[in-house]
Amino acid sequence: MKIQIASPSHYITDLRYPWSKHLTQWPPELFVEVARGIHRNVVRFVSHNNQVYALKELMTPVARKEYKLLRELQELGLPVVEAVGLVTNRDEDVAEARARFDLVGEPVDMANRGLLVTHYLDGALPYRIIIQQGISAEQLSQMLDALAELLVRLHLSGFYWGDCSLSNTLFRRDAGLMAAYLVDAETGEMRDKLSEGRREYDLELAETNIGGELMDLEAAGTLPKGQDPIDLAQALVERYSKLWAELTQDEVFDPEDQYLMEQRIRRLNDLGFDVEEMEITTVDNGQRVRMVPRVVEHWHHRRRLNSLTGLQVQENQARRLLNDLSRYKAHLSEVDGRDIPEPVAAYRWLSEVFNPTIEPIPADMKGKLDDAEIFHEILEHRWYLSEASGKDVGQKAAIDSYINTVLKRRQAGDVEIDTDPFVSSQK
Amino acid sequence: MASITFENVGKNYEDVSVIKSLNLEIQDKEFMVLVGPSGCGKSTTLRMIAGLEEITDGKLYIGDRVVNNIHPKDRDVAMVFQSYALYPHMSVFENIAFGLRLRKMPKDEIDRLVNEAAETLGLTPLLDRKPKALSGGQRQRVALGRAIVRKPSVFLFDEPLSNLDAELRVHMRAEIANLQKRLGITSVYVTHDQVEAMTMGDRIAVLHDGNLRQVGTPLDLYDTPQNVFVAQFIGTPNMNILTFKVSDDGSELVHPDLTFKTPAEWKDGIIERKGKNVVVGIRPEHIASSDEQDWTNTAPLKGKVEIIETLGHEVVVHIKMPNEEKKILAKMDVHKVPKVGEEVALEVNVDRLHVFDAETTNRL
Repeated sequence: MKIQIASPSHYITDLRYPWSKHLTQWPPELFVEVARGIHRNVVRFVSHNNQVYALKELMTPVARKEYKLLRELQELGLPVVEAVGLVTNRDEDVAEARARFDLVGEPVDMANRGLLVTHYLDGALPYRIIIQQGISAEQLSQMLDALAELLVRLHLSGFYWGDCSLSNTLFRRDAGLMAAYLVDAETGEMRDKLSEGRREYDLELAETNIGGELMDLEAAGTLPKGQDPIDLAQALVERYSKLWAELTQDEVFDPEDQYLMEQRIRRLNDLGFDVEEMEITTVDNGQRVRMVPRVVEHWHHRRRLNSLTGLQVQENQARRLLNDLSRYKAHLSEVDGRDIPEPVAAYRWLSEVFNPTIEPIPADMKGKLDDAEIFHEILEHRWYLSEASGKDVGQKAAIDSYINTVLKRRQAGDVEIDTDPFVSSQK
Repeated sequence: MASITFENVGKNYEDVSVIKSLNLEIQDKEFMVLVGPSGCGKSTTLRMIAGLEEITDGKLYIGDRVVNNIHPKDRDVAMVFQSYALYPHMSVFENIAFGLRLRKMPKDEIDRLVNEAAETLGLTPLLDRKPKALSGGQRQRVALGRAIVRKPSVFLFDEPLSNLDAELRVHMRAEIANLQKRLGITSVYVTHDQVEAMTMGDRIAVLHDGNLRQVGTPLDLYDTPQNVFVAQFIGTPNMNILTFKVSDDGSELVHPDLTFKTPAEWKDGIIERKGKNVVVGIRPEHIASSDEQDWTNTAPLKGKVEIIETLGHEVVVHIKMPNEEKKILAKMDVHKVPKVGEEVALEVNVDRLHVFDAETTNRL
């Protein structure tokens, strides 16, 4: 038997597990129950050193391919589950390891069987759980936005998914919006550049899969009332196409209208993308110029916030934090009577706003929320409190109220964070 | 009519040529299997038919229409088994129908098409059931139903069974092959597994390094491989390949451990190669113990047994001949197996040998 481990932070090499046996034969006490979607392969979850891992049964070549692809996507900084290990050669004799267990079920031929190990994405939920818990039309729309954006990012990186669906995605809260993560790359392929045919076919598959999944929810009676699965699936295609066009279409304009180029770059940045290169060619005998942006998928806001503050957060969280940082910079400039350089404002925002907001939050009350998400929720809470009282209540009052109301209710189980996966947003 | 014709089709990725001037005609209603080792270009060929890969050179026809620049959606082809997860809250009927519903097809038309597909697949009594009430094989048939309900002109299968267990894989091979015969829809099936190719295809196209090495029925490929690559790729275990010298008068082929008279049907090719080397292929099933065969034209061979592999009802014996570096493989009856280390006297069936040019590796 051979275990390959990708990440030094995940040494899931515990030989006490019966790796040489099919997951259906492992004793049930080895597994933990977590929120999970529908899988066409056998998938189980184990807990090891306070981390949860998903184990997926596949034939070895398929497992090896998916392991490699997930690692490649991760290295590109794309939102995917972390592949931490691959177990192969499971039919070799490891009698000692399996002798410890009372195996269950029918024996399975283990020739050429592999096991893919991924790190369970904390705080991320499958679409069925989110929707079954009750979801508004707006929130459903946010999920589809997130998935359309994920597919665009993957395509820009040359990745053909081959099975884009809600089932193959996990969703995580991201500053009042949703972020989508790819969890299944079995059918995927990485290319230098995706052909138009592949890209369009991938989108067609996405439409078919998502339509089917939403029809299934409709059949189960859990789709929000008034929502049509066919319209929703088509809406995803429209969102994708709009975003793709904005990111990749060329534009022709008069040479003196340079500001149009800057506007375009700003629009792309606002969408979270960077322009790596701009190709300008003359057309109409030099009367006009054509601009073709070469867009890279890297998260613009996330990288910018990281370079200013060192914070590692998700894209929408970064967008939100950068807005707050800008607001604070304006405030500092006004107080000091001079323009404050951005790095200085960022340092002061971190030490005077962000850290003092997070520090009072007791660690045991944070639950699955990371600091950036808590910061976002406090900003939201402050906005609601201020709306209710007709004046700005200030950050300290907002923090105290957030701890004593929102977090305490959650801790007491009055409001489960997972049963309320979306925090109300002022957006 | 949905024949598929490749006319000098080439595919390059930048400077790398992955398909080189492919000429291949897949007939209407035919089940064509594309087979070859990893990187041979078989999946690229399939994806050019689907419209997922752009064609660099030549013309690709589906029926009498050139489809080089036709959008995948408009080619009337269906990729099978892209996803075989069934929706748990939907009945078998709904699981088959949902793709048509997405296309906003009228309800009557959906009913008619789904009932027809269910009839073909033997699913009619199960149409109201939910997936959890189905067996594994029935679920796979529902997944097939999703593809056939669209009534495409062409089915494309890209290694669809690669993640199934051996038992279900064998079952599904038969299921797909039978269904294709019943429906009579032109099908192209990609696999790297030559056993799958041999058991499913009406014809098989063997690709290697972007070149079509041979196309023919499974028996053609087995009996008359046109080159050493096909000879070794088709058949399990691989064909033994040995270099022989043609005698100066062309009457014999000589190897230090095995000599035989030139068979009559080889004479023309062999005469041209008097005194030169040729390559001879011997299938492991055409080597047997001297006392266990009733072949009419044989040549003796001696060697020492080094390894014995048991494959259920038969065994593969690895034999070291005195003067040959390569071990030769012989397929033997499981009840008549020599021991490891034993010196054995064998016979080769000369009537079933294959001869190839030593330089071009093409069949003489």
